[in-house]
Amino acid sequence: MRFLSYLILGVFFGIIMFKSEAASWFRIYEMFQFGSFHMYGIIGSAVIIGIIGVQFIKKKNLKTIDQQEMQLNPKDFSISGYLIGGIIFGLGWALTGACPGPMFVLFGAGFPTLLIVIIGALLGTFVYGILKKHLPH
Amino acid sequence: MNWIYEPWPWYIAGPLLALTMFILLFLGKTFGFSSNLRTMCTIGGAGKFSSFFKIDWKQQQWNLLFLIGSVLGGFLAANFMSNNTVEINPKIIEKLSKDLNIQSGGEAYLPPEIFDISNLTSPTGIILLLIGGFLVGFGARYAGGCTSGHAISGLSNLQIPSLIAVIGFFIGGLLMVHVLFPLIF
Repeated sequence: MRFLSYLILGVFFGIIMFKSEAASWFRIYEMFQFGSFHMYGIIGSAVIIGIIGVQFIKKKNLKTIDQQEMQLNPKDFSISGYLIGGIIFGLGWALTGACPGPMFVLFGAGFPTLLIVIIGALLGTFVYGILKKHLPH
Repeated sequence: MNWIYEPWPWYIAGPLLALTMFILLFLGKTFGFSSNLRTMCTIGGAGKFSSFFKIDWKQQQWNLLFLIGSVLGGFLAANFMSNNTVEINPKIIEKLSKDLNIQSGGEAYLPPEIFDISNLTSPTGIILLLIGGFLVGFGARYAGGCTSGHAISGLSNLQIPSLIAVIGFFIGGLLMVHVLFPLIF
């Protein structure tokens, strides 16, 4: 039963990404050209509501439905890993117009060439795993 | 019923994404899509090559279900809820046509110049898609997360590392669009 909720939530997510056009290459290009508020509005409003909600969860010390602590752990601090990794990610995001979620959403939407992008992303993840020890973090 | 075919405005989509994150939090999970790529490598046997992939992938089954759901969501949205065009800023359509020779602005969901199946017959077409995906996969793991994990979950939790990552996303994106695109296309 719990498994079904993740599946439904995924469907919900896929519809949001497609219908908001956040999965469109054109919207990502337009964002990096500062041609519209649309993408900034999506990310910005999600973050503002997210910040308010997370603060509320912390203040009220809300628990998960299984009465566990929420997974809101602080991330380890460093600059180079986040920055270099982020820049590499951004290059790929702008080129394909797709971050990991939309790759799969678009494949489902009937764009078979996204399978090549997904294979690329899996290769990238694999190569990172191999090189991890040698990279600055 | 025409409204269903219209694109959803940002003030609908953004709050719904926040809602997705909160539901996952209440289910005891964190919203982060790119972890699935690592899990898929693990399932494919990548643990033989690096301890980075020696994880108990069964712990990540929920996220794989979320992924399968997102594929279904894309299918439903594209086939029953959309006219599959994206109306971007007309100035940007003109810029695409003039600077990059991409003529499909305003008429398609994705530019066929990059994503049409016929591109698979040319090596440059395949390499472009493959390299783009590679950068996303490599960068997401290097940065410890993607747009959902850092830009939405991380920033909502006021994580400075996520802010650094998101700044990186934008540096990379701007570099690609303003410096590299004129060289590639």
